[in-house]
Amino acid sequence: MSGRTTGTPFAPHTPGTTAEMLEAVGADSEADLFDIPESVAFDGEFDVPARSERDVVADLRRTFARNDDLVEFLGRGHYGHYVPALVDDLSSRSEFLTSYTQYQPEITQGFLQALFEYQSMLVELTGLPVANCSMYDAATALAEAALLSERVRSTSGDVVLVPEALRDGKRSTLDNYVDGSPLSVETYPYDDGNVDLDALAERLDGDVCFVYAENPTVTGAIEEGLDAVGDLVDDHDALFCVGSDVVALGLLREPASVGADVVVGEAGALGLPTAYGMGLGLFACREKFLRQVPGRLVGASEDAAGMRAYTLTLQTREQHIRKQRATSNICTNQAWVALRTAMHLAMLGASGLADLAEDCVRNARDLAADLDGIEGVTAPLHDRHHVREFAVGVDGAPAVAEGLREAGYAVHVLDDDTLQVCVTDLNAGEADGLVAAFAEVTGR
Amino acid sequence: MNHDQARYGDDERYEPLLSEKDGKEVDPGEGSILPDGLTRDSLELPELSEPELARHYTRLSQMNWSVESGPYPLGSCTMKYNPTFTEVVAADPNAAVHPDRDPSTVQGTLELLHGLQEYLAEVGGMDAVTLQPPAGAAGEFAGITVAKAYHDANGNDRNEVVVPASAHGTNFATAAMAGYDVVELPSDEDGRVDVEALAAAVSEDTAALMLTNPNTVGLFERDIEEIAGIVHDAGGLLYYDGANLNALLGRARPGDMGFDVMHYNVHKTFATPHGGGGPGAGPVGVVEELAEFLPRPQVREAPTAADGDAGDGGDEVEYELFDPERSVGKVHGFQGNWLVLVKAYAYIHRLGHEGLLDASAKAVLNANYLAELVEFDVPYGPFHHEFAATAGDRDAADVAKRMLDYGVHPPTTKWPEMVPEAMLTEPTEAESKSSLEDLAAAFNAAAADADGELASAPSKTTARRIDQAGAARNPRLSWRALDGE
Repeated sequence: MSGRTTGTPFAPHTPGTTAEMLEAVGADSEADLFDIPESVAFDGEFDVPARSERDVVADLRRTFARNDDLVEFLGRGHYGHYVPALVDDLSSRSEFLTSYTQYQPEITQGFLQALFEYQSMLVELTGLPVANCSMYDAATALAEAALLSERVRSTSGDVVLVPEALRDGKRSTLDNYVDGSPLSVETYPYDDGNVDLDALAERLDGDVCFVYAENPTVTGAIEEGLDAVGDLVDDHDALFCVGSDVVALGLLREPASVGADVVVGEAGALGLPTAYGMGLGLFACREKFLRQVPGRLVGASEDAAGMRAYTLTLQTREQHIRKQRATSNICTNQAWVALRTAMHLAMLGASGLADLAEDCVRNARDLAADLDGIEGVTAPLHDRHHVREFAVGVDGAPAVAEGLREAGYAVHVLDDDTLQVCVTDLNAGEADGLVAAFAEVTGR
Repeated sequence: MNHDQARYGDDERYEPLLSEKDGKEVDPGEGSILPDGLTRDSLELPELSEPELARHYTRLSQMNWSVESGPYPLGSCTMKYNPTFTEVVAADPNAAVHPDRDPSTVQGTLELLHGLQEYLAEVGGMDAVTLQPPAGAAGEFAGITVAKAYHDANGNDRNEVVVPASAHGTNFATAAMAGYDVVELPSDEDGRVDVEALAAAVSEDTAALMLTNPNTVGLFERDIEEIAGIVHDAGGLLYYDGANLNALLGRARPGDMGFDVMHYNVHKTFATPHGGGGPGAGPVGVVEELAEFLPRPQVREAPTAADGDAGDGGDEVEYELFDPERSVGKVHGFQGNWLVLVKAYAYIHRLGHEGLLDASAKAVLNANYLAELVEFDVPYGPFHHEFAATAGDRDAADVAKRMLDYGVHPPTTKWPEMVPEAMLTEPTEAESKSSLEDLAAAFNAAAADADGELASAPSKTTARRIDQAGAARNPRLSWRALDGE
């Protein structure tokens, strides 16, 4: 289009217009426009040749083809559910995909309304009145919740209590986030896959300001004493934070009813494909923390014609206004993923979501029963109800996992005697194959 | 080129909310295979058909501005055209893998991550890169955390981070989140770092100086080597905010200027879609001395067959994950925003060296050309890829609202504060000469309009001027809060 053979294909300049523009600004060449001292100018060449679109696409397809074709029975916080084609199609509309933060609400009503609807659906799922329009992922949402507790706590304590079985990625992120605050992180134990209530009661005292419990837990177990945990935490004036995910919340007790002050977790379980851990952090809380919430909020308002309209609101909490006194440094968030999740939720509706969650319980139960029928295999390892996933007891777990991999299946290895498997609507059809492979591998 | 947006709905609202169309309450516990006490009693969500949803979201999209609607010259946000082919690459089914896969079974994924690590290191003049941070601000946090770990390991007890007054708000917030006191640095009369003030501000308490170069009014910090010397002599580290790297691609590298740690906003510099406010990705690069502290894990080449054990990968390089020796740990639950990283990698390989060099050239040319045409004053200079015009005695926010009526997206307003009534404008390389002229015409038409026209604008957009103060005074944040309206 421009007659050039080099340069970015995404700048619309022709040699002629470039020359005219240079003349208009009084420069002899493009290089003259750069005000960079010679001592720090770069005169090297990056070792990347320009390529055609077709070649880049082909090269990357070849690269990804190096990934082994395995059926994944993997979960532990990152889940693959079938994403309806409509979600891909509508979310890819460029008006959504290539837009940015809604700094001018009058011409970004579409995205603002979609985010308002996302917030609204999280309010329904959590039972809490305030939900923000995204954090990066479940780990950073948990970390932000802990920092919130430091700002709003009514006790003098500064201990954050989390399950000892917390996934490493969440624990390590939490440790980093609280490192610059007075908070410190300690753990409480599980008993047969659920919170050890006696141990937690013993540990709770005035130095604790925040207690985090997961439902379902990292091994997929449904917490049976969540209301008792809530009561214990409330008795000690600490903040009660419940971690969950957007599918499980369609079936399990809403966290507000067990006393949760904050709900965090993974919302990308709907709307996102398996994306190497890319997520969508869910964050909801009680109204009294409204002005301490991290991240962006969309609110309803009116325009000059009296029509209902939406806008980013309470921005005086945010970094661009409050600088070092902001509730968080988050700026760019996961808005487009939140849009996809909202679309997926709207596709399912209340009954569809409840059915999907129920299937996650049923599929896990069926798979566990089949695995438990194999000699030397205990499933589920914990005598609990499960959502999607569960721990499996088996001697020589790493070798079993290796055998399964050779047979075309990926599972988690927790330790020498424990595996974990996760079943969703995507891989349920392969569950019989996994069971057969398990039998063969453990029968050797 | 005026872009007209759609407007739907009745007299009281635009496109109705999903909840206003149809909702349904169900009892998820009823008939469940779980015991009663574990399940919820009610759940209410929209219950609409697929065609109804298709129309709802299509209408919402038609009420939204994007790069493909027209120029999006938000200063410091780098809203340039996002090529569509990267979406095709990211949608490859083989790219959709779980993060807990054994590394030996996801060699394609690791090859891409390794390639991007290497490439970013080269562009930044850095020795090592982590791809984990999921946004620029997350990258800042990771970078400052690494700097802190470095100081701790060396027994340096430092409690201050110095930040120029004109810096992005995230810099201040990040330093505070990491537990540092923030020391704000004034600009000199030329709009750059006041070197004397810097010398007075740094001390043995200084952990780092966070700097954007070119800075937030597009000025290159020409004294960067002196600045680096002052910070380094005091034992501090120099942090580079990569928000404006688009202006420097292939022209100068932060590492060569003396920066020790930096983040890259790959969604800006390497043109991945910003998605209405994210996702982005904020990889962090560091010099050798800080590499051992980077978040875990990173990717490296595995020992080759020649080193002993013969692999089955033929002549393909094998990759493995490793944890840097004194890693700070993690700043994301998994490996960051993978899909964004894929798109950035594809973009880089499409442009190559020549394309990236041309991108910075055209970005800077466009900013200078547009500044020439805009009739508002533009203080300071010479500038690179963005400039801050001043609305003078007009309200910059009102000017912006009026620009909406002329069919363009206005610039960032009222920031940075060093320019009164600032209109920070970054056209990017993606705009043509005629598109820049249209943009300038919108600026100039708004400038010529009467105060009253500015104050009542906009009138041609989906919504008229929105009551933002009212939204904050009376927060209504979900459709539950609208019940009864």
